[in-house]
Amino acid sequence: MNQEEMFMKRIKQGEKIEATDWMPDEYRQLLIKLIHMHAVSEIMGAYPEKEWVPKAPSLRRKLAIMAKVQDEMGHGQLLLRIVEDLVYPLGKKREDLIEDIYYHRVKFHNVFHMEARTWADAGLIGWLVDGAAIINQAALLSTSYGPYARVLKRICAEESFHMQHGENIILTLAMGTAKQKQMLQDSLNYWWESLLFFFGPKEVTPAAERMIHYRIRTLTNEQLRQKFFDKYIPRIHSIGLTIPDPHLKYDTEKKCWVYTEPDWKKFSEIVKKNNGPKSRERIELRRQAHEGGRWVRQAMLCKPVG
Amino acid sequence: MKVANAKQAQEDQDYHRVLCEFLFQLADDELTLGHRDSEWLGLSPDIEGDVAFSSIAQDEVGHAVFYFDLLHELGEKNPDQLAFARPLTERRNATLLERENGDFAYSIVRHYLYDVFDSCRLEAIEQSSYQPLAQGAIKIRREEYYHRLHMSAYLNRLGQAGGEAKKRLEKAIHDIWPEIGGLFCWGEYENKLFEYGIISISVKELQERWIMQVKSTLLKAGLPWPGDWPKVKRDGRKGEHSPDLAKLLSTMSEVYQSDPSARW
Repeated sequence: MNQEEMFMKRIKQGEKIEATDWMPDEYRQLLIKLIHMHAVSEIMGAYPEKEWVPKAPSLRRKLAIMAKVQDEMGHGQLLLRIVEDLVYPLGKKREDLIEDIYYHRVKFHNVFHMEARTWADAGLIGWLVDGAAIINQAALLSTSYGPYARVLKRICAEESFHMQHGENIILTLAMGTAKQKQMLQDSLNYWWESLLFFFGPKEVTPAAERMIHYRIRTLTNEQLRQKFFDKYIPRIHSIGLTIPDPHLKYDTEKKCWVYTEPDWKKFSEIVKKNNGPKSRERIELRRQAHEGGRWVRQAMLCKPVG
Repeated sequence: MKVANAKQAQEDQDYHRVLCEFLFQLADDELTLGHRDSEWLGLSPDIEGDVAFSSIAQDEVGHAVFYFDLLHELGEKNPDQLAFARPLTERRNATLLERENGDFAYSIVRHYLYDVFDSCRLEAIEQSSYQPLAQGAIKIRREEYYHRLHMSAYLNRLGQAGGEAKKRLEKAIHDIWPEIGGLFCWGEYENKLFEYGIISISVKELQERWIMQVKSTLLKAGLPWPGDWPKVKRDGRKGEHSPDLAKLLSTMSEVYQSDPSARW
């Protein structure tokens, strides 16, 4: 048995691969692509909420949203540490991984290219975007790469708090004044398409196929989207909101949700070309933070006396 | 003199007034700086620094909540109303804390100088005649210790690195210094605070302790001690504030004020 066959045997037996184990280049590259994108999405995910952290309308909300967004940055940090180990043999470092964002060498989730326009949007991001993320991440818990699986366990636990944090904001608005209810419905109308985009196109790409082969992931985009519908459509209806899709229904024969396909060209434009409503502005903020903070990082490397 | 709870404090009108005035200073200092800290989200020099600033922001706002809760027990409005709906002229924070964040050097220097000040002040209220305040101060001081450690580590390393880092720190100190005096203005009841034992160390003594600690840190970091500071132009303790605070308050209360009677 050659190295590659031994490796696949371990994968098929459900063993976890560790950072220092031998792995095929393709496996390493797929992991880097997936986890780097995940890390960067967590970090870029702070920006839509950044606009609402200073505006949280009560002391309790202020503390909660600060803690929530801090978690996201913390997830970004944990995930970057994993990618750092993976790219180490390739001669790349943390600095490169961050620079990749503003040189457009790494993608991030479509939702974080969108504008957070109102307090209801801030709540909805917590409830449904984090809710969608949990579906995605929970499905990755069984991933064949050990370091990723362990970090995901912690991330999922924290994300479920975020979902509750978002849900709490949403429920308060749903039971609030007519204006608050309207703000909430507007928010769902605005985010629905992005939520459909979140899980990616229906067709299984060659890269996704390879990830399934290596058991990096086990479910397809569409399977994940259906799980999201199963969990959240009844909840959305139960608080009196209308989903902006007149064709949405449950097909009892096929046992799946039927919905209007979003415009996937628009999705590509946002995610692959960074042409979403807020893409450029947020990438620029990230660039400024990284370039503007270079003097601090460099100075901190000097060894202090005493 | 020991005052066990809000009810007892309310029995002495003058004590009650002096105590509340002081609690507003504490609450507003912490809320204002905590809010500024939270603005570093997504902008810190590295991801680790981002997470750290957020922890500190949460601590500061958490402390503000503690002081607002005490005020509410003493008969003031509810904590959210106090935090979100008081006009600028009723805010009692030192003006230094309301200033926009500026660069990282400004934020670090300001925070360090405030943290030393706050830990001296907390030391003085650990023995406070007002028992609920004294108890809280003990817990808060434990957290402030880590803020000071974090900020002084930055200050020390950035200062010793020399070059651009040192230049930026020097500029920050230069910009901050004219407003330092505001930290040590404690409003019109300053003497009564000490007489009533609400603080156990006089403001003059606190200032000397602060100078000693700050001087030694600056020296170690290779930074000059700027000497005496001028009398402040605006005294935050009297409700005199800069346009920076007006802007901060309008942002902070934007959603709340869109319908103050709604639940959020």
